[in-house]
Amino acid sequence: MKGADLAGPKTAPAHTDARRTRAARLDNYPYLRRALGYWGLSIVGLAAFFGIWWLAAATGLAPRQFLPTPLAVAEKFVQLLHQPFAGYTLQEHLWSSLQRYLMGFGLAVALGVPLGLLMGWFRWLDYVVAPLFEVLRFIAPIAWVPFAALWFGTGVGGPVLIIFAGAFPPCVVNAYRGAKFVDAYLVEAARTLGASNRMIVLEVLLPAAMPSIMAGIRVSAGLGWMSLVGAELIVASSGIGYMMVQAQSSINTAIVMSGMIAIGAVGGAIDLLLRKIETLAMRNRRRAR
Amino acid sequence: MRVLSYSPRAWVSVMTLAGALFLWFAATSLTGWINPVVFPTPSETWASLMQIATTGYADGRLDQHIVQSIKLVLLGFVAAAIAGMPLGLWMGRSRYAEAFFNPVFTLIRPIPPLAWIPLAIVWLGLGDAAKVMVIWMAAVVPVVINSFAGVRSIQPQLIEAAEMLGVQRGRFVREVMIPGALPMIFTGLRLSLQSAWTTLVAGELIGAVRGLGHVLTQGSLDIFPSMILVAMLAVAFCGWLMTWALGRLEKRAMPWRTGS
Repeated sequence: MKGADLAGPKTAPAHTDARRTRAARLDNYPYLRRALGYWGLSIVGLAAFFGIWWLAAATGLAPRQFLPTPLAVAEKFVQLLHQPFAGYTLQEHLWSSLQRYLMGFGLAVALGVPLGLLMGWFRWLDYVVAPLFEVLRFIAPIAWVPFAALWFGTGVGGPVLIIFAGAFPPCVVNAYRGAKFVDAYLVEAARTLGASNRMIVLEVLLPAAMPSIMAGIRVSAGLGWMSLVGAELIVASSGIGYMMVQAQSSINTAIVMSGMIAIGAVGGAIDLLLRKIETLAMRNRRRAR
Repeated sequence: MRVLSYSPRAWVSVMTLAGALFLWFAATSLTGWINPVVFPTPSETWASLMQIATTGYADGRLDQHIVQSIKLVLLGFVAAAIAGMPLGLWMGRSRYAEAFFNPVFTLIRPIPPLAWIPLAIVWLGLGDAAKVMVIWMAAVVPVVINSFAGVRSIQPQLIEAAEMLGVQRGRFVREVMIPGALPMIFTGLRLSLQSAWTTLVAGELIGAVRGLGHVLTQGSLDIFPSMILVAMLAVAFCGWLMTWALGRLEKRAMPWRTGS
């Protein structure tokens, strides 16, 4: 009968106590000890990352021009904030990128979400649009670059089209899924209780599709940001991607890395913001129930 | 044919695509409503397709461009899968590995793969090596994150049962951890394949001697809209082909998952 053994409490055997006199105090707080262990490891991981980078750069293992030390990159980043490179300072480049991004992304949400919802609600629209959408979806957003430049130029219109091409599909697909897979009972119940069509759409279908829509918007925000960077690397005369290309052609690695940091930071901030909006929207929904 | 005769959806799809083709023909060739400099006519597009498929364009025939592009994507993608899956699985299994690697990942993750292109060009030049590096960067992040999430999504009862039954480590990995994480791993692979393909096209647009992105660049330099369209369709076709192949592989790898 081993059953009692397996279910028994997991206490340390008595004979190990003697060896653990100094660590014993922390042993009484297993949660704290493990948390400290994880934090320590996280710090070690980051230190290893920056340490290897710094060592490779400082010892000349990689030429300084190609791999500046972390400190040199940080210095360059700060310097870019008040000293213009490729015509503008870092904030000005970021601002013109953000303007394009908001236009393309806003357009994708404003057109994509309603289209997806309508496709989910009206079967004939689904049948007509879906095959076209399936064909266009497989074109990588970046492949629109030549036509974007040909149709709308390299100022604002061209990059906006590319951002739109990147951000549009997830908006449509998620709104479609959200609208399509609403619990039929909910709709029937609302109808039985005498809700008008408008009321059903606004009070039943839309709230039920909301989580999926928000998830789609977050995905498309990320894809749109990536497409923007690609667009600016190829066709643009300002913006953060343009700054990086200019730095690349003059082999200024520190500026390239500063650009990557700025892009990462803004992209992360956008995602964080949308997460906040998402939780806020969901919280309101729960309260309304 | 049976599918066509039974499903109204298939009929409408065929009709829609035929209608779209006709609209295209009507708006360009028939009425000249859209200027051929802005968007090519169907006959021009066909002629361009024939030209690139037989005599070649931008230093190569269509099949050479396609092979070059797919080769680079597969190189970077497979290397990313080989490096990313074990790392993700390890991070999923051990909280210590997670604590060690996760902060670095959190730092690198928000940088879009395309933003690595200038750095790769500075480091490795305009050749294939730079592209493979960027594709690897693009593909490795989704693989690691999803393998990690896959291990964490395994029902704890399964893991506990295996532990209680004294399953050896190698067997545990082979028979509990990998099969349990496989659905998420494939989600990650699909995401990373998509992102790898986009990244490659961008990389080739910036600088290449062969490949579909190079055809796009050459077409836009020559203001040759029908060739641009052919290249875009080729990009879409290859993207579809690789997604399809991965889907087949997924079915092979997870025979227990029927349906969906």
